[in-house]
Amino acid sequence: MWAFVFKRTLIALSVALTISVLCFSLLQLSGDLALSIGGPEATAEQVEQIRTDYGLDRPVIQQFTSWLWGAVQLDFGRSYYYQSDVMDLVVERLPVTMTLGVMSLAIALFVSIPLGVVAALKRGSWIDRMAMAIAVTGQAMPNFWFGLTLIILFAVKLQWFPAAGSDSWQGFVLPAIALGYYATPAMMRLTRSGMLEVLEADYIRTARAKGLRTGTVIFKHALRNAVIPVVALAAVELGFMLGGSVVIETVFSLRGLGQLAWNAISRNDYPVVQAIVLIIALFYIVLTLLADILNAVLDPRLRAR
Amino acid sequence: MSNQSSVERSTAPASPLLSVKQLRVDLPVAKGTLHAVRGIDFHVERGEMLCLVGESGCGKSMTSLALMGLLPRKAQINADCLNFDGVDLLTVSEHERSNLRGARMAMIFQEPMTALNPAYTLGNQLCEALRRHQLVSRKAAHDRALYLLKRVGISAAEERMRQYPHQLSGGLRQRVMIAMALMCEPDLIIADEPTTALDVTIQAQILHLLRDLQQEFGTAVIFITHDLGVVARIADRVAVMYAGEVIETASAQALFHAPSHPYTQGLLRCIPTPSKTLPGSRLQAIPGVVPSLVDKVEGCAFCNRCDHADERCYSTPPLQTVADRHLSRCHFAHQLANPATINAQEVTL
Repeated sequence: MWAFVFKRTLIALSVALTISVLCFSLLQLSGDLALSIGGPEATAEQVEQIRTDYGLDRPVIQQFTSWLWGAVQLDFGRSYYYQSDVMDLVVERLPVTMTLGVMSLAIALFVSIPLGVVAALKRGSWIDRMAMAIAVTGQAMPNFWFGLTLIILFAVKLQWFPAAGSDSWQGFVLPAIALGYYATPAMMRLTRSGMLEVLEADYIRTARAKGLRTGTVIFKHALRNAVIPVVALAAVELGFMLGGSVVIETVFSLRGLGQLAWNAISRNDYPVVQAIVLIIALFYIVLTLLADILNAVLDPRLRAR
Repeated sequence: MSNQSSVERSTAPASPLLSVKQLRVDLPVAKGTLHAVRGIDFHVERGEMLCLVGESGCGKSMTSLALMGLLPRKAQINADCLNFDGVDLLTVSEHERSNLRGARMAMIFQEPMTALNPAYTLGNQLCEALRRHQLVSRKAAHDRALYLLKRVGISAAEERMRQYPHQLSGGLRQRVMIAMALMCEPDLIIADEPTTALDVTIQAQILHLLRDLQQEFGTAVIFITHDLGVVARIADRVAVMYAGEVIETASAQALFHAPSHPYTQGLLRCIPTPSKTLPGSRLQAIPGVVPSLVDKVEGCAFCNRCDHADERCYSTPPLQTVADRHLSRCHFAHQLANPATINAQEVTL
């Protein structure tokens, strides 16, 4: 088991290094940074000044290594726009995005797994068809539109939750529902198909032949095996929620990482963009690693590999 | 009625453990109804080894699943009598049925590679059957599992208890399945081709083991196989199935020495014997194919493949008694049972 964890961690680290290279070179490819920082009215001398101030006149390799060395120490430089440390900006916004992501995932899991299990057990019944309808709607509906609908219904009409802001937990409920609903269909369908497949397995027949109660057969013997691919998907979905919550954070005016990224992009605030891209990528990597480990805990066959 | 049968059970130990009369299993398929089992009769005495023989698709597995109550939900089951030690399996509730399963009747499956749950340790899977049916402590269940693992010939049993199925070979897994079936000391074990998926050397070991355990624990076994070689080694009695029917039942000895159904005779001829089969000669086979069991089968199901068939065979043959406890479903049963006929046939080989 520990050998497995060690191997996976090594792989994760090499992926992280590759991503840092990619993330740095993408910005280099996006044009002359000094020109865009200076803006359209800057003179040639001012642009030159910016170039030396920000160290953009150094060789690319040197720029990369000094940036990476900083990044390893969690120092991503200063924001061009806010004129403060990038890390401070990120640390300030991160809890909002994390809370939103974890709440969304919790909602998605809480809805999708029971619904997927019931849909598989009552295949073709009204509940299966209803779950299918929910899945199709969830996949087809743009989440900003769903978010706005939630605001109109629960914030404006019923006034159960605030329409915007991240000051209290109530502010997170509607955006978490909007974001979680987006992740629900895929996880529900995967649970359903996994359950259908596993229920046909020989070991389920063995479990029934032992006279085990239906509940034991379904929850101990079937669900444990059916849920393995769902774990991997959930990790990816959480990564997506952390990185892809830009729209929802904007709709609900949450001061999270997504909003910061969107602002930084529109203001050519490159250090911030670079830092956020790298941090989100690292989250993905860590989540994938955790999913791998969790999968190995659930499925002993994976530990040997 | 039920009162009477319980009295019978206690006063007459001679009554069979399991008796099956006119068992039918129908499965809806795309083209109609598949009559997988078409009215079969047999019984199992306490502590005996009954072999159910037949080729694939003859309804052996459907019969065993019907007895266990594990048929697919869409399957329809009918019988005049399906009685397990005084319990009517046709009318028993699903709850009572699951109380019997694993406790008084257990099953061993064909595929040891997939029959165990990959996510749980062997110890866990062994103990759960016992703890489901009996009020025993974790420790007692563990000890019972350990004892049985050792008894089925697994070394380092304590360590194996903590291992997962993928860490064991097919032969070892089948031993675990046998131990699992014995956990609650059942009266009847149904073994559905338990050696088919194993290497020949492992097959022999598993057969020995099953035979030994059956005698040691006095468990009745229904051993399902397509391999007459296996039957010869372990069976007390044999029921030969063809196209969803039992076409011949006899003691193992009688079946091998005086087979009285053309299909049984054909099967026996198909066994290659080193002394009789010349190098380069063709292996024997029964010509033709099994009739489709979708929709009704008229007359004798074997007649299109039978050398003896004549116009009589368009009517369904009755079960005929050719000797004591030796029945054959053939119009020519008495002729075929006559040793002279057999000898003549062996000469033509």
